Amino acid sequence: MPLDWKTGGLLLGAVFFAAVLLVKPIGVSTQFVILDGILADAVNADLVVQIDEGYASSNAYLNKSDGKYARSVANPLNYSFVFVLAMALGGFVSARMRGGIKQVDKTVPALWRANFGSGSAKRYAVAFLGGFIVLYGARLAGGCTSGHMMSGMMQTALSGYLFTIGAFAAAIPVALTMYKREA
Amino acid sequence: METFLLALVIGGAFGAVLDRIGASNPSLIGRMLNLTDLNLAKTILLAIGVGSVLMFGGQMLGLVDVGHMSVKAAYPGVLLGGLMLGAGWAAAGYCPGTGVVAAASGRRDALFFIAGGLLGAAAYMITYPMWKASGLLDPIGGGKVTLGLVPGSEFNAISAFPGDVLGLILGVAFIAIAFALPSRLVRGGGDTAALCRMN
Repeated sequence: MPLDWKTGGLLLGAVFFAAVLLVKPIGVSTQFVILDGILADAVNADLVVQIDEGYASSNAYLNKSDGKYARSVANPLNYSFVFVLAMALGGFVSARMRGGIKQVDKTVPALWRANFGSGSAKRYAVAFLGGFIVLYGARLAGGCTSGHMMSGMMQTALSGYLFTIGAFAAAIPVALTMYKREA
Repeated sequence: METFLLALVIGGAFGAVLDRIGASNPSLIGRMLNLTDLNLAKTILLAIGVGSVLMFGGQMLGLVDVGHMSVKAAYPGVLLGGLMLGAGWAAAGYCPGTGVVAAASGRRDALFFIAGGLLGAAAYMITYPMWKASGLLDPIGGGKVTLGLVPGSEFNAISAFPGDVLGLILGVAFIAIAFALPSRLVRGGGDTAALCRMN
């Protein structure tokens, strides 16, 4: 069972507050770009180069804002990248401590099974395509559920509200259409 | 080193909490978005409210550094990207952060989500010049702005209202909405036993 919403909300709010108190607001989706950059730079070492004033890249996106992303690609042990690795560690430990995920849910979640059956191929394909448009959209928007919706609205950022309106305007109709049957 | 430790502790806590509230469970995301189980929405609304009240309250008491705020720019692509993310979030049941946590917690479908995500992010890196040229990345409403003017912050605002007071009010409003929201909006054939079986 998940935590009661009052306990869970307090804990989640405390984490978002701790982040902005001690370092900076939480964000995740940029790190998909950084990992792509690290992988691509390993194949093609010319992708990110050190210059007098820092770092530069032949990729216009990595090179934007004075090579901010290029710098992170060249220095993977930076706060934001380690943060996402630590999220994985935290999720792993937490799931273990509560007994892990049920075997049957590991490949095909319950709600999906109720609506589309237990075949894994279709589920994996939709997860993959979903991942593609989620990250493409997050990068177009400049942030995701963490950075725009939670950190953004918490700071009363106009962009956070704009993003959240867009996200729910699409998410609710898609979920209502796809998930008609309850698990 | 200190930065590394902070990343480890705060990131680790965030991952663990996302797992515990069920945000990395695609069934619960789906049930939130098809409006049959809003407990996760109540959790998120409460968290935004609590975070906002603590941050702006702390700023007013001089305990929280206003310089730690980081406001992202508003531009048409934010709405467009939000629509795309929303569609994928509903279909897959994962967003970038919860996908990472889900994969680490043992969900195999989340590995496919991450692989698709890496490809989607790469596709954006390649197509970025096109978006830049389209003008859809040009700031609107002042770009990096808050709703009220936060004292001591570097960000402009869309109103002259004191930003810390407004932040506090909105924080309380988020908390109130979390309490007011019913746990489901759509009636279906589901029963509470089914709700329990999903976890």
